[in-house]
Amino acid sequence: MSAAERGLTDPSVTRPVETPAAAPAPGGLARLARAAISPRGAVYLLLLVLLVAVAILNPSFAEPGQLVRYIQRVAPIALVAIGQYFVIVSGEFDLSQGSLVTAQVVLAGTLIGQDDAKVIPVLLLLIVLGTVVGIVNGLVTTFLKVPSFIVTLGMMLVLYGGVMWWTGGAATGNPADSFREIGRGGVDGLPVIGLLPWAVLVLAAVVALAAWLSKRPFGRTLVAIGDNASAGVFAGASVWRTKTAAFVISSLCATVAGVLLVGYAGVHPSVGRGYEFIAITAVVLGGVVLGGGRGSVWGALAGAFALETLFTLLNFTSVPSTMRDAIQGAIIIAAVAYSGAAFRARRKRPTTGLGAVADAGAPGPSTQEPPGTSGPDPTGSTPSSDPAGTAAARGEQKKENRS
Amino acid sequence: MSIALPARLKHLRRLDTTAIVFLALIVVLVLSAILVATVGRNLFSPGSIRDILTGMSVLGFVAIGQTLVILGGSLDLSVPYVVSLTSLIAAQTMSGETGMVLPGVLLALGVAAIIGLANGVIVTYLNVHGFVTTLGVGLMLKGYLDTNYQGTAGEAPWAFQLFGATGIGPVPVSTIVMLALAGLVAFLLARTSFGHHLFAVGGNAEVARLSGVRTRRPLIWAHVLCSVFAGIAGLLLASRLGVGSPTVGVQGGYDLLSIAAVVLGGTLLAGGRGSIWGTIGGVAIFAVLDNLMSVLQVNPFLKDVVRGAVIVVAVAIYSRRRLVARRERFTRSGEAAPVPADATSEGGSR
Repeated sequence: MSAAERGLTDPSVTRPVETPAAAPAPGGLARLARAAISPRGAVYLLLLVLLVAVAILNPSFAEPGQLVRYIQRVAPIALVAIGQYFVIVSGEFDLSQGSLVTAQVVLAGTLIGQDDAKVIPVLLLLIVLGTVVGIVNGLVTTFLKVPSFIVTLGMMLVLYGGVMWWTGGAATGNPADSFREIGRGGVDGLPVIGLLPWAVLVLAAVVALAAWLSKRPFGRTLVAIGDNASAGVFAGASVWRTKTAAFVISSLCATVAGVLLVGYAGVHPSVGRGYEFIAITAVVLGGVVLGGGRGSVWGALAGAFALETLFTLLNFTSVPSTMRDAIQGAIIIAAVAYSGAAFRARRKRPTTGLGAVADAGAPGPSTQEPPGTSGPDPTGSTPSSDPAGTAAARGEQKKENRS
Repeated sequence: MSIALPARLKHLRRLDTTAIVFLALIVVLVLSAILVATVGRNLFSPGSIRDILTGMSVLGFVAIGQTLVILGGSLDLSVPYVVSLTSLIAAQTMSGETGMVLPGVLLALGVAAIIGLANGVIVTYLNVHGFVTTLGVGLMLKGYLDTNYQGTAGEAPWAFQLFGATGIGPVPVSTIVMLALAGLVAFLLARTSFGHHLFAVGGNAEVARLSGVRTRRPLIWAHVLCSVFAGIAGLLLASRLGVGSPTVGVQGGYDLLSIAAVVLGGTLLAGGRGSIWGTIGGVAIFAVLDNLMSVLQVNPFLKDVVRGAVIVVAVAIYSRRRLVARRERFTRSGEAAPVPADATSEGGSR
């Protein structure tokens, strides 16, 4: 177990397990156990079990070098999942991620060619494209009131069709090695792990940034709006600005994932296909609720790792590779059903019958655990975040009353 | 076009959404006819009409079922795999023998119904979001299909292939069946308790429950019917291709396209509001556009770009209109409503 735990050299992943935000039970071990079977903690437990299983089946997996490679392999999916987290927690969908990844990969391959001098300008172009896609998604969703499912579905068709049309259906060209180095190479000659891939560093940076953002007023507002947009507005939040920012983050994450994928997947129109659904699966597996208002970046990250570890595990067993999808499908349904049932069970504990209604009146123990946020920040962030956090908690109860 | 004329728009607001969809269809038809005429062809020639109606029927079947599920506040992403699976089951059961047509059809639709039942039970009893449920069930079906089938299988007998091939004048039989079933479902929605309860549950499940509606039953039925309709689409494809194919559903992109057609037809993605005929109008718009682009020999990839843009623009126009209509219902004074649009839309379901 310790080997697998060490496996997450990225310390950030294990941290939430050790410090469950607001578990009421005293005693370290009992607290840990309760957090692990709670809907929010279940994904970490699942990840741990899967990692141990892989390590047992293939002991070399637990070697530091292999683990770093493993993180490198997960990086694109984890990045896309983190982007998707921001959109989903605000109550929207982003189906355009997969097409955007494809578009960026094909653009990079076609535009850079073997010219090293073009790497930086094209990289900037990709970032600009990602930002524009996010802004368009966000503005059409918020101002024209088109459901984001439809907006991003349209964007998915436009991006994929556009890139294929432009390249004539056959994406060719291999970008210069200096560009592919971002996804392939890394810092070489380190003592324990050997090669530290850039992808791992990029992932760590994005995770740190995302975790920081989700603790900022922006992140709190996002959760509040996702839970109850009108409560968020009454608390002084700007819905269109916040949601558009979420879409931009999602598109930028897809862009970064695309840049990494060029490195080790090469340029092909099928790179990135289906990433939006993998990302949504990962995010949902991580305890983020579709419809918004509940979930955390760490959960989404752990969901992505759990999903990819599951695929790794299936590779080691004799299950035919075509059954991967079937198992993924069963797991996602089971995970969501479990977390939903566990959440409801905890909600009903204080009183019988209309427990949720009683909760709304008197803040019982269960209300101390607002979803993605760990309560109003005690260290005191800017005043505007606090009402938003409260609004989130209140909106959540309303949601429970309805179900 | 119509948004450029504000006076006209004010008039349009009072129209029912379905009427607007058909108005849009007429606009699309006229524009297409003009564009087709510029290359020296006739959009209303029997051959061209047959192409358009044939293009409508498969997506039409899937979209009718999808409308039911979306009206109930759920979603079905598993339809493409149900389409593929039923085409395979039917073709394999028949395996070229005319006597086996009926068993093949019944078996295929039975399997589809069971898949729909599973979807419905997971959504209602395990309280899993329809998106996740049907994504998961779809992935399971995909795994099954990929594992057990390498390519096309089975064979549809000639008698069964006639279902997809014959027509009365320029109108294919499959389109007539599709429209008849659409009429049946429209009747179900308008005149039976199932339909009323489905609207109620889709609009607000809790209010429906407090009003004494059994909220699970209509949603389960909607899922079963949706899968059965996807199964009919699979049967139609099997009859057209003469074989069953494990990839035919995914290639058609029926999951997302049917949802787009439903929303294009004026049904709220959140449920509780919409109509079957609007969906048929949405499907027809897609079919006419597809036919237009084929005649103009538009690059197939560019077709996707046009489709995507049309979906977003059309839905943007509808949702603006609906927004205005709703606000009027709440505050007579109109612009004084301080509540943001989202809040109005939540309370807006009557």
